[in-house]
Amino acid sequence: MTGVEEAVGRAAGAGPLLLGVRHHGPGSARAVRAALEEARPRVVLIEGPPEADALIPLAADEDMRPPVALLAHAVDEPGRSAFWPLAEFSPEWVAIRWALEHDVPARFIDLPATHTLAWGTQEDEAGVEGESPLDAETADSEGDSAPGPGPAGLRIDPLGVLAETAGYDDPERWWEDVVEHRGVGKGDALAPFTVLEEAMGALRETYGSGGHARDLVREAYMRLQVRAAQREFEDGVAVVCGAWHVPALRRKTTVAADKALLKGLPKVKTDMTWVPWTHRRLSRISGYGAGIDSPGWYGHLFSAPDRPVERWMTKVAGLLRGEDRLVSSAHVIEAVRLAETLAAMRGRPLPGLSETTDAVRAVMCEGSDVPLALVQDRLIVGDVLGEVPASAPAVPLQRDLARLQRRLRLKPEALERELELDLRKDTDAARSRLLHRLRLLGVAWGEPAASRGSTGTFRETWRLRWEPELSVRVAEAGVWGTTVLSAATAKAEADAVAAQGLADVTALAERCLLAELPDALPTVMRILADRAALDSDVGQLAQALPALVRSLRYGDVRGTDTGALGEVAAGLAERVFVGLPPACAALDADGAEEMRRHVDAVHGAVGLLGDAPAAGQGHLRARWQSVLRVLCGRDTVPGVIRGRAVRLLLDDGELAQDEAARLIGLVLSPGTPPADAAAWIEGFVGGGFGGGMLLVHDERLLGLVDAWLTGVPAEAFTDVLPLLRRTFSAYEPGVRRTLGELVRRGPGAGSGAAGTGSGIPGFAAELDTVRADAVLPVVRLLLGLDEEEEHIGNDLVGVTG
Amino acid sequence: MPVSVEPTSVDPSQNGSAPANAGAGASADVTEAEALRPHAEDAFAGELAALAAQDERPRPARWKLSPWAVAMYLLGGTLPDGTVITPKYVGPRRIVEVAVTTLATDRALLLLGVPGTAKTWVSEHLAAAVSGDSTLLVQGTAGTPEEAIRYGWNYAQLLAHGPSRDALVPSPVMRAMADGMTARVEELTRIPADVQDTLITILSEKTLPIPELGQEVQAVRGFNLIATANDRDRGVNDLSSALRRRFNTVVLPLPETPEAEVDIVSRRVDQIGRSLDLPAAPDGLDEIRRVVTVFRELRDGVTTDGRTKLKSPSGTLSTAEAISVVTNGLALAAHFGDGVLRPGDVAAGILGAVVRDPAADRVIWQEYLETVVRERDGWKDFYRACREVSV
Repeated sequence: MTGVEEAVGRAAGAGPLLLGVRHHGPGSARAVRAALEEARPRVVLIEGPPEADALIPLAADEDMRPPVALLAHAVDEPGRSAFWPLAEFSPEWVAIRWALEHDVPARFIDLPATHTLAWGTQEDEAGVEGESPLDAETADSEGDSAPGPGPAGLRIDPLGVLAETAGYDDPERWWEDVVEHRGVGKGDALAPFTVLEEAMGALRETYGSGGHARDLVREAYMRLQVRAAQREFEDGVAVVCGAWHVPALRRKTTVAADKALLKGLPKVKTDMTWVPWTHRRLSRISGYGAGIDSPGWYGHLFSAPDRPVERWMTKVAGLLRGEDRLVSSAHVIEAVRLAETLAAMRGRPLPGLSETTDAVRAVMCEGSDVPLALVQDRLIVGDVLGEVPASAPAVPLQRDLARLQRRLRLKPEALERELELDLRKDTDAARSRLLHRLRLLGVAWGEPAASRGSTGTFRETWRLRWEPELSVRVAEAGVWGTTVLSAATAKAEADAVAAQGLADVTALAERCLLAELPDALPTVMRILADRAALDSDVGQLAQALPALVRSLRYGDVRGTDTGALGEVAAGLAERVFVGLPPACAALDADGAEEMRRHVDAVHGAVGLLGDAPAAGQGHLRARWQSVLRVLCGRDTVPGVIRGRAVRLLLDDGELAQDEAARLIGLVLSPGTPPADAAAWIEGFVGGGFGGGMLLVHDERLLGLVDAWLTGVPAEAFTDVLPLLRRTFSAYEPGVRRTLGELVRRGPGAGSGAAGTGSGIPGFAAELDTVRADAVLPVVRLLLGLDEEEEHIGNDLVGVTG
Repeated sequence: MPVSVEPTSVDPSQNGSAPANAGAGASADVTEAEALRPHAEDAFAGELAALAAQDERPRPARWKLSPWAVAMYLLGGTLPDGTVITPKYVGPRRIVEVAVTTLATDRALLLLGVPGTAKTWVSEHLAAAVSGDSTLLVQGTAGTPEEAIRYGWNYAQLLAHGPSRDALVPSPVMRAMADGMTARVEELTRIPADVQDTLITILSEKTLPIPELGQEVQAVRGFNLIATANDRDRGVNDLSSALRRRFNTVVLPLPETPEAEVDIVSRRVDQIGRSLDLPAAPDGLDEIRRVVTVFRELRDGVTTDGRTKLKSPSGTLSTAEAISVVTNGLALAAHFGDGVLRPGDVAAGILGAVVRDPAADRVIWQEYLETVVRERDGWKDFYRACREVSV
């Protein structure tokens, strides 16, 4: 016990033990543990929201695995929230765990989230984006190294100033050299803190609050808390806070002055819980701004017992071997040597991340950045996912969902029931959006079902059933955001980034429109455009196009802005046009059949897209027709595709009947192998596209086909037969019968219309007005042109609606 | 962004056969006075001397300068006494640091890169700064024999006196080993695979056995080897993994910014144009910028505004190729056009550089034309010219 008293006694002269740290610094974390071990305080005070005091014991729970974050959110407005992420190597986490292990009370002493979240409201007015889960509060809780968003120009970066003074151009590197890379303390465990405090003290003298105006208020609150703790525990008080705050906590001020600063702070009712966090979100690139580039590397520095560089290189080698790269132990040795020599040359005490990365690149990756990207992704950032025990309080997403369920009068029931939604009604549209968003989040409460009766696009049918495990799903989804909207948006964006194929992204775009996630759409669209640009499989592109065009039209129905979508669709179409002709060469029968389906799909999509009013899309049809022309004239293209191309041009009226007849004659001439010709015929008149009617009405075409068929030599006939059978058996019985009769009657013996030349074959040259008039009443009835009929039609709609 | 626009070919007089003690004798003075292009250690002798005089950091055995000073020699800077060191290589600092450090760790250094990224230039200056001699050079070709890397024989001596050290003709690598100097191997991947593998013993055992004499040459401390290789050329002999493992690899990047690349291209085009007596084109810069933009976009697989991704064709599209496209265009404009470089003059050249694989590359090129070039402001003429040659 004497040792303890000695340590405490030494600290006593200077008041409470103030441990200034850098958030998420492994060296700081290690130093904090050593200092706590030595000083053995009776209470540990930590910079963090005091509302979370009750949650501290959960940190000792077996199921609690960092990285996790403390989440504070406004009760009435789950979208307003702030996170305090804690990794295994965060000094705060180390302090909490130390306190729990030694049965010492731990307390958070920062300004309560009640106030900081209310501050967020005011910042909204100042123009900081309100939906962002990281307001100034959270940014500042890491802010000692990274200036937060918003009025960053005013703030100073204390580390930057110190690093510059020390002659470093990179504050991160300076900090690494001076603090993080110090070995486990030889000698005085408190020395690093004293030195750092002096440095920060000098800075604060020069810069005051350094533009962090709110820090003064927070520090006043912290001082009051420290004082209270001192009254209770006398000198056994240790404080873990950002190094920046240490001089302020040390300062002697009057209680009255501190209380005056805290007067009249805005308030909002808040709630706190633990949520799981990931290394990826700790890193700066995620946009969550936790402020560190390399959580994986820091985690390694913290957890490696000794020889961090050697262990790191071995880890890298393991990863690269797992990816089938040839990396031997000799590589590891050389990489370590290179890293150490580099560090010596750059005048650093130990190899840092940049030296190890350079060494890995030169030795293990053969100078290439491609495998290095893998190292960056898997190790330097890392894939660690935190876990939170089930006993943690409910996440705000659950509250938001409950609120929405109440408002939309959708009760979660275990019994399956069917729900009919009319999207023209506001409540029903909101319900549909909610269900779609939940589906995106993996909460399969409702399954879309086929509508009975009406088939209008404004109608949706859902099968609802609330399973108990869905609550777990909701809790899991809490990681994505605090409201259903923001969570679904974040999830959709993440899904888009992770999506494998082009079709997945297209499907996602469709779901984003259904769930009305306009904020996710730009990301999804960007990724869609990127995937489309890099995808060289025309088949995939052609598959994606129809879904995209469908989304485009559906988006119009819902009144969503689909400009970006249209642009992407047009770009996709262009790529299909360029890639299609080469892709059609040298296909086998199955491949050709598949490609024919793609051609059909693209044709339909281009038709719809060409109708779209957006500018710059009018030329698409013309371009597509020129592609079709190329297809039908190229001998290397399989017959079935050529035939289909001719047919599509003919249907569009782009190819004159005479020209079509010439092409058919060409294909069916004796020079063409019969199998090819049969395939061509299948493409031309096959499938459910009314090909049979074409033959019925155009006797010249029928004559050509008939003449060719009778001319097929006996030995080739058995080869051709299956193809022809497939073509003609798809026709309606009536069509087949008519065709049979026409053929039996023989060519040229028809109505004689074929002889009139200029008229369309099968039709008279002149209109027979008397017969045409007879049809008119029926047409009027169908189109609802008659006023009286129209009333009746509307009434009917009203009844069913 | 390398500033070097030196040709990658090397003056044959540098190549191995002549005694390479460039520092001594009257012959060296003559070379210096008349040489078309003096060696790095001669051209920058003043800077090297100034660096050596003020360099107080520890030097590895037989190094003329400390690693720190070598890096400074390459990257440029100002010495405490005010001597200005000109930058020899303008590019990422990291690359030079890794290269110098590699030489200090006695691992061999492999400089990789597409043509025109100053590989030879960097290797020459490294050797000059480290050993004060950049002439211990083996030029790799498809016909490089084993003798060029190990040793040959003076057959008159051999026949007259039998095998002895006097009859042996050492290669530059062997001399470097004996004297603890830096040897250079140019175009390592052009050397046949079996000859390449001669290097394995030299690099791992640091000895060169001479079985004919029952002797060996052991490398003296300070010996190291810099190899350059072209990683995207056709007809290269890939390094065996055993050899590759003995090198630390540094990839010299293509110019980082469009401005730097435009600068390199226009400067080089100007030089070539003068030597070909082409009339100077007044408005060429716009067209050069366009060529560089097209090359960079296709090479990087993304448009300069970073908004559209693109497929990359199979060709290298290096700066050197951009230079040749523009020179070609200038020649067209001078001899068949009105002397002004126009889109039509470069379109055919670009097509030739981009479309190397007729099937895949053509699709990539047409996609690029239709989705990027057509929409771009002020590129209408270029689009039309490209459509004309593409169809």
